[in-house]
Amino acid sequence: MSTVARADQATPAGSARALSERRPLGDRGFQVLALACGLLVLVILVLIAVSTTQQASSWFTTEGLKIFARTWDPATGQFGALSFIYGTAVTAIIALVMAVPVSIGIALLLTEVVPYRWSRPIVYVIDLLAVVPSVVWGLWGILVFAPWLQHIYTDIASGVNGIPILDNLFGQPVSGASFFTAGVILAFMITPIVTSLSREVIATVPAIDKEGAYALGATRWEMIRGAVWPHSQGGVVGAVLLGLGRAMGETIAAALVIGSSPTITSHLFAPGYDMPAVIANQFGESYGVFKAGLIGIGVLLFAFTIIINVIARGVVERSARRKRGA
Amino acid sequence: MAVVAGQQQVDLREAKGWRRTSNRIVTALMVTAFVVVLIPLGFVLVTTIAKGASIISWSFLTSGPIPANVAPANVGGMGPAVLGTIEITALATVLAVPLGILGAVYLNEYGGKNWLAALIGFFSDVMTGVPSIIMGLFIFSIWVVHFGFSGLAGAFALGCLMLPIVIRSTYEMLRLVPNTLREGSYALGASKARVTMTVVLPAAIGGIVSGALLAVARAAGETAPLLFTILIVTAANPNVFSGANTSLPSQIFVNASSPYTGAQDRGWGAALTLIAICFILMIVARLVTARFARYSR
Repeated sequence: MSTVARADQATPAGSARALSERRPLGDRGFQVLALACGLLVLVILVLIAVSTTQQASSWFTTEGLKIFARTWDPATGQFGALSFIYGTAVTAIIALVMAVPVSIGIALLLTEVVPYRWSRPIVYVIDLLAVVPSVVWGLWGILVFAPWLQHIYTDIASGVNGIPILDNLFGQPVSGASFFTAGVILAFMITPIVTSLSREVIATVPAIDKEGAYALGATRWEMIRGAVWPHSQGGVVGAVLLGLGRAMGETIAAALVIGSSPTITSHLFAPGYDMPAVIANQFGESYGVFKAGLIGIGVLLFAFTIIINVIARGVVERSARRKRGA
Repeated sequence: MAVVAGQQQVDLREAKGWRRTSNRIVTALMVTAFVVVLIPLGFVLVTTIAKGASIISWSFLTSGPIPANVAPANVGGMGPAVLGTIEITALATVLAVPLGILGAVYLNEYGGKNWLAALIGFFSDVMTGVPSIIMGLFIFSIWVVHFGFSGLAGAFALGCLMLPIVIRSTYEMLRLVPNTLREGSYALGASKARVTMTVVLPAAIGGIVSGALLAVARAAGETAPLLFTILIVTAANPNVFSGANTSLPSQIFVNASSPYTGAQDRGWGAALTLIAICFILMIVARLVTARFARYSR
């Protein structure tokens, strides 16, 4: 009895506050440490915005709205970033047009078609694609892939010669290192992330919906259209947006294969430039406003990718919440 | 039998005509999608192995300094770059992995469902989408302009890249640890810090290590964050805390834009080395998951 009584004295019933006040210093210290590490994420994001904007301030103040001008020519002191923004948009769109159907196809193959023991090796292969470093894609792209594509581009260009719209898109001038080559390489690089995110979303479709569709006599394709797609639409859109963010920010592969020519043209096979590539290629030789301009392009890129990622995560979370609620 | 005969016959055979054809076409398209992905992957791996294997030797991996671009392929090695990659990636791991694990501990063990944990979790996911070159510019703006180029600056940049990946993978693993383990330890009178350190983290260690290794593999292959933080030098620099350094990815980047075949061949050799490092890290991560992960999704 006496031991019980003593135990009761040590932990008075119904007094959680007393318990927390007696927490040893090390315990509270650990909590503070963990909180600090969590807050580090927010601190880094704020510091990125503040410190890079500060370094780029001379570009923003001297150029004003001319930061969105067409001409980028360090020799004459003209620092307009429009051609890089254009290049980023064009290459990212090319990458998405190619990567999204393929990624969704593989995601459906993994979740709806192949048995479990086959899906794991397929996932491993897709992961291998993600493990190949960006710079290796760039090395292969510029030394092997681009020279090979140049022949194909030349053939296509002579084929579409004189046809109104196609000639503007695919006609001369052509170059192995071009918007299109960069877009294709980016497509290879974003396929794993879009595939794995879409697969996660599609895997949450309730089995009962799918079985219901099959029980009504649907073929697999009809089941996918009727049961899987309505359920996973929102999440897949989020996955595609995250892929877009990746494609916009991918640097080294694009820097090697895009052709390094700040031009705005409708010709997809012509050399161009995009935002991360110009930073990577010209930063070393830059100074003064030139350097501030490159960092400023980084600030714009940071802003674009943050906006896209916030929207994408928001879309994914909202669709996940709606599914749970339903 | 009589009962069955009285009912209308249900046609259980496969759908016919266009329904069957469209189903087959779509299935074929899905398989094609996978094959389409295999082609570039196979192409890259075969080219890199074919061109890189003849270059790689022990002296290629260890000797330095890195020769000028005009030198033929059989001269000199990538020793300084291999050293730099190992130094900088290791330092980045030491910086980012403990911080990331503690951040995930906050999210799962302390934050729970409160607004701050939700905010941190959301922005940690957003941070995984920040382009790697931005991390390089960030460390350049905040560190390099004051203290100069160094391996440490490169490690900071890679660490910023790894941090959100480690937080996300650790968080997923901590969520899988059953609450009964925690409650059992609390019942024995352990404090929360002690429960976390001695019960929760060890229970999830397999998944945490494998997630960290995948983050390391990602960081080891990154070039963009290093361009503005370590510069590129040709001589080995064993001091990671001061002076410009070099790394395999940066070196491949330089060699890829060189017109000389000797430099290009050294680039292929370096690329094969880098791919091998990344693949080994990934395979070890898979083995760790298979061997040590107690709870999985």
